[in-house]
Amino acid sequence: MTDKTMTPEEVVGQLRSGMTVGIGGWGSRRKPMALVRALLRSEITDLTVVSYGGPDVGVLAAAGRIRRLIAPFATLDSIPLEPHFRAARESGALTLTEYDEAMFMWGLHAAANRLPFLPVRAGLGSDVMRVNPELRTVTSPYADGEELVAVPALRLDAALVHLNRADRLGNAQYLGPDPYFDDLFCEAADAAYVSCEQLVETTELSKAGPPQSLLVSRHSVTGVVESPNGAHFTSCAPDYGRDEAFQKLYAATPWPEFSARFLSGGSEHAYQSAVRTWHEEQR
Amino acid sequence: MSASSTTGTAGTATGASRAEYCVIACAEAWRDDGEVLASPMGLIPSYGARLAKRTFSPDLLLTDGEALLVGLDGETEGWLPYRRHLTMVTGGRRHVMMGASQIDRFGNQNISCIGDWARPARQLLGVRGAPVNTLNNPVSYWIPRHSPRVFVERVDMVSGVGYDRAGAAGVTRFHRLPRVVSDLGVFDFAGPDHSMRLACVHPGVTVEQVRAATGFVLAVTGEVPYTREPTAEELRLIREVIDPKGLRDREVRA
Repeated sequence: MTDKTMTPEEVVGQLRSGMTVGIGGWGSRRKPMALVRALLRSEITDLTVVSYGGPDVGVLAAAGRIRRLIAPFATLDSIPLEPHFRAARESGALTLTEYDEAMFMWGLHAAANRLPFLPVRAGLGSDVMRVNPELRTVTSPYADGEELVAVPALRLDAALVHLNRADRLGNAQYLGPDPYFDDLFCEAADAAYVSCEQLVETTELSKAGPPQSLLVSRHSVTGVVESPNGAHFTSCAPDYGRDEAFQKLYAATPWPEFSARFLSGGSEHAYQSAVRTWHEEQR
Repeated sequence: MSASSTTGTAGTATGASRAEYCVIACAEAWRDDGEVLASPMGLIPSYGARLAKRTFSPDLLLTDGEALLVGLDGETEGWLPYRRHLTMVTGGRRHVMMGASQIDRFGNQNISCIGDWARPARQLLGVRGAPVNTLNNPVSYWIPRHSPRVFVERVDMVSGVGYDRAGAAGVTRFHRLPRVVSDLGVFDFAGPDHSMRLACVHPGVTVEQVRAATGFVLAVTGEVPYTREPTAEELRLIREVIDPKGLRDREVRA
């Protein structure tokens, strides 16, 4: 069977400017940050990013890579407002398609099921309809006749997700309490790339957790990257929690300064070293 | 006892603080709710939910703030990742108390941004789940600092849907906003055309004070009562069990 292991650089080599890229996780939780950092090292830009937004959105916005963002929010969780998302919105630097959290989820479901849309009881009466004038409604064909929003499929050119364990074939496992929507992101995408804390033999997966922890299956995966601490500084339970001190630094430091110190080293390894050095300095 | 003629020094028979009245007022939001998820956003609402569960609404479900349903002592009793949480919303088995950066007289709420949405003066969280919440499960609100900047004539980006817009859009089927709790009082939508009405003020607050801090005309019917007094047992639970460190007084000072 196909060995799908790749480096972050090889993943980014499959992406192109102008693509629609879905990013898994939620807020500042289990974000595929190593893959996002690889994107930052490339020249790829003009992206449509689809995300339950966290610092993935923040760093890509700060680096000017997002043309359009489809999201219900962007937050760092313990810091409610994502500073670079906020700056990009206030300067008019990115176009936002602002959906409700449930509309967003059903858009992914529609894409994963190859449906043009799914009906949702959400959005009507709110300004989500005003700021997304392309949204249409459908009327229930049954006796109730309820009018619902027809959320269009959020089809993705590529998905980036980060899980705890994976094998070389693309089977991936979450060991924390919440799968978020990483399986849906993969199924909604033409090509899905999974980074993981640890690459293991297939036989090891069922020893690490119950069958229902095998969230992502290989038929929906194009590439697998082993990237320890690859969700840093977001959380990746149970392997590690959020690096709150570093997240504070990220939120408080002007982007050029942060980027120069942590993201200019040319590799994920250089980033992780720079983070370690910073932590040692704090002692 | 009523608040309309007092000057703000009204007695508090039990010696409860303003923050403690706020906890009581939040807890009351979940009275008689039965076996539903209490989803409090913010410190005082979460104390209120826990107080309600410990006393008059023992069947409430609570989360750990992540993906687990937990009992009062943190024991796991269920699994609630975001995908199931959203089903709990659309299934109606949840009563959320959200925050609001702006709220108007019909309960339209904004947490998305301030100013013109196309290029906001101040980007906030985004609409999050407010649109789906308000059309599917009861939604109450908690405003820790009542001011005309929050209680506004018109909100800049309708995130949570109020009564007027729910009516106009024909989405009233499961729409219900039980109450708004602020540091000054409690409000419902029993005014004309489901407009916001002052239901009670916290002891120490006058009706005039509430009016002055509200950016629209509040409905006031008759004598406005005070928020009820906590029982001795409720005060003990708040002070010794739920919030022994007194964090409530940081969210609401008085």
